[in-house]
Amino acid sequence: MLSHIPQAALDADPNVQLAKDIIGNCVHCGVCLSRCPTYAVKHEENDSPRGRIFLMKDMYEKGGVPDAKTVEHLDRCLTCLACEAICPSGVEYSKLIAHGREYVEEHYKRPLFQRAVRELLVRLIPNARLFRLAIFGGRLGRPFRGLFSGTLRAMLDMVPTNPLPAPSPVDRPQTFLPAPQAGKAVKPRKRVALLNGCVQTVLDTAINEATIRLLQRHGVEVVVAAGSGCCGAPAEHMGDEAQALPLVKANIDAWLREADGPDGLDAIVINTSGCGTSIKAYGHALRLDPQWADKAARVSAMARDITEFMVEIGLEKPATPTGLRVVYHSACSMQHGQRIVNQPKDLLREAGFTVLDVPEGYLCCGSAGTYNLLQPDIANELKERKLRNIRSVHAQIAASGNIGCMTQLAGEAGLPFVHTVELLDWATGGPEPVALKGQKLAAE
Amino acid sequence: MQMPEPNQTIISQRDALAQGLRQIVGKDWVISDDAQRRPYQCDGITAYMAMPLLVVLPGSAQEVQAVLRFCNEKGVKIVPRGSGTSLSGGALPLEDGVLLVTSRLCNVLAVDEHNRVARVQPGVPNIKITEAVSHLGLCYMPDPSSQLISTIGGNVAENAGGVHCLKYGVTANHILGIQAVLMTGEMVELGGAYLGAAEGELDLMGVLTGSEGLLAVVTEIAVRLEPVPEVARVISMSFASVEEACECVGAIIGVGIIPAGLEFMDRKVLDAVSVLIKEKFDDRTAALLLCELDGTAVEVDALVGVVSDVARGQGAIELKVSTTEEERQRIWSSRKLAFSAIGKLCPDYYCTDGTIPRNKLPEVLNKMADMSKKYGLDYANCFHAGDGNLHPIIMYDAAKPGDLEKAEEFGADVLIACVDAGGVLSGEHGIGVEKRDLMTHQFTEVDLQQQQMVKCAFDPKDLLNPGKMFPTLCRCAEFGRMHVHNGNLRFADIPRF
Repeated sequence: MLSHIPQAALDADPNVQLAKDIIGNCVHCGVCLSRCPTYAVKHEENDSPRGRIFLMKDMYEKGGVPDAKTVEHLDRCLTCLACEAICPSGVEYSKLIAHGREYVEEHYKRPLFQRAVRELLVRLIPNARLFRLAIFGGRLGRPFRGLFSGTLRAMLDMVPTNPLPAPSPVDRPQTFLPAPQAGKAVKPRKRVALLNGCVQTVLDTAINEATIRLLQRHGVEVVVAAGSGCCGAPAEHMGDEAQALPLVKANIDAWLREADGPDGLDAIVINTSGCGTSIKAYGHALRLDPQWADKAARVSAMARDITEFMVEIGLEKPATPTGLRVVYHSACSMQHGQRIVNQPKDLLREAGFTVLDVPEGYLCCGSAGTYNLLQPDIANELKERKLRNIRSVHAQIAASGNIGCMTQLAGEAGLPFVHTVELLDWATGGPEPVALKGQKLAAE
Repeated sequence: MQMPEPNQTIISQRDALAQGLRQIVGKDWVISDDAQRRPYQCDGITAYMAMPLLVVLPGSAQEVQAVLRFCNEKGVKIVPRGSGTSLSGGALPLEDGVLLVTSRLCNVLAVDEHNRVARVQPGVPNIKITEAVSHLGLCYMPDPSSQLISTIGGNVAENAGGVHCLKYGVTANHILGIQAVLMTGEMVELGGAYLGAAEGELDLMGVLTGSEGLLAVVTEIAVRLEPVPEVARVISMSFASVEEACECVGAIIGVGIIPAGLEFMDRKVLDAVSVLIKEKFDDRTAALLLCELDGTAVEVDALVGVVSDVARGQGAIELKVSTTEEERQRIWSSRKLAFSAIGKLCPDYYCTDGTIPRNKLPEVLNKMADMSKKYGLDYANCFHAGDGNLHPIIMYDAAKPGDLEKAEEFGADVLIACVDAGGVLSGEHGIGVEKRDLMTHQFTEVDLQQQQMVKCAFDPKDLLNPGKMFPTLCRCAEFGRMHVHNGNLRFADIPRF
């Protein structure tokens, strides 16, 4: 699509030039509409990728302060990237919307309430201690949820009612050696860094524990690098580069210290696909910073989802194949963001499970990072639709590779919801996942 | 592209009209804000843009009725739009017209598996019909390339085709009944709820199919469902010359086989595609045919043998036959990626759509090579060979002044060559605004006038999608009492737009 962005704007900001090039690749064919969750809910061009590309084109052409309606429609995008995955012309929507949001944050003054909520989320989520505190606060506020609406109510609704697990000892910086075999220490096949994440260390410690056991059992040395933490995605999704970049740089430093250390690093393993998408894009995020560009690109090149990594090293034969029916929910950041489609399902099959797909599997569940807090109406509609689809296949267990989706769906799915690695760990000799305890599951 | 002069009085009433329409469809479903109207400025052709007066998204057939009645009373024009994928500018908005979008009417209302009929709303994307009935082993056959998102209502308006229309027919062959609303708001039911139900009825449904939104707004459609063929296999056939490939097309049909699909790709397309699929094509290949055969396993195996023999007899240098479904998908992927692959070779391309008798393929393709030299623009060919439906892809750069105009002229020359070869202006994209001014090349003044009289019978005030399809506005008031002698029109001096 031809755009008429003023030359001065193109010269002033390389990201605007990039936006122009990306817009230029769009031929307005409309195929992206078929995969867009907000279009599925709203049926309106402005709430579709093609519509948003048009809105961003206008925003850059006009320059200055974007209008409120444009911001509203850009905010409604879940960044699920289903559009980018299906686009026949290879339009890099992820980059376009990321820079579009940065432009909005730079030029548009949000109403006070919106600003406060965003500021709060950007600060809370990456910090496990604050996040834990906020959950306790949320519990106190929960009885009064009826008094609130919109985002505040969504936040109170999101507060987990089950007791939080105690902080896990595995989430402290340390190194885990491969599991000994026949009582003897094993020389590691590979050495990887594990991103233990931010929210995950508070909400569900079992995921990292299972990941570490699984890797150890497969002869891999795992290091939780000192200084690594939140990947920066929550801030980045809200267009807040200033908050995101320090986190990004801290991770790069922490991992490269390991990679350049005496033992080296074969991969950075991530078990939350939302974070994986973000880390794989570090190279792009810092490409214009001469001090960081190369380092960021190195980190992105080493990043692997746990399922990608397990396919590379090969899964052990399962101890006892259970044949249980597992419905696999592919997170958007997994299937669209990282284009990891078959690996998790193949691994689950190898591990002895019967794997079922979710109908309309391409549609987002509405979680999308902080989206369910900022856009509760659309998020809830998508959640209900996803739950209906998950229930429709009559599985015994649901599995996913992203804590965000699990938090969004687990409570109401009507079947136990676990992380893919918990099942792989269980099948190859680890303990039964907590969510399955007392379920009396048997193969049909 | 010249469109009818917008009516400034109507434009000045925008706020009041928006108010009236909001009372019909609810406040959320009338878009009057500048920023939000802009994404509706074009459909699948971005070269033509116009800001719609208002965008309205009705939620039921009754709301469509009320919107049309309201606009008819106020003398406001209507442009119907589905998903906005038209490649002929059929849904190009009018500055003094309401854009009526059917995207909210997106439900499959009923499936009758015994009569093999589904009743659907117009905003249902083509593929969703098949998805809704695939558990019954059924499908909706017509498969335009845009089928993931193009709506069935739009398919009816354009009489859409697709790869499989060679064997199974176009949209017109797959719809059984239509509920539509006339510009006055009157609702009509045409055809029936099952195959054969329309026997003895004047085929007004046929008139509406392919009428490009000029006659009525379709609000419900009864479509035919077909069993999914048991097996499909595809043969990829390479030829050392374009002529040999074209002759093979005629030869296959000549032995009495109608393949499910028969597609042509030239060397330029293959080179572009091979980058994307990371597969090399034989250096000697100048053109490739993909021939799909479907049916029962025994039937398909026999047909594969016959077609392979014909192809060898026509000088094919290499044949590849799919043996598994994955292989079939992989062979087809080159065709499916063709247009995006070409898109990577040039900043912009313009793809037009004409149809010629199969035996004229070599002649018209040769003419194209001459035109490319004349305009100094590169082109590539990838098209539905079986039914002679050409889709020349003309490469240009919209940022270069004059390039678009050259590409348009090139496209127009190709279409004129199609008509001269005994063909027609469109195979499946429709006339819209893109080919509107070429209609006089295919039809005489009298032909056009007769067609416009049909338009007048449905829409005497010329409020439904005016400025599309016909190179002049309809003069309905005159037609009623006018005799035409030897094609000499009265008021011949009325300017065309």
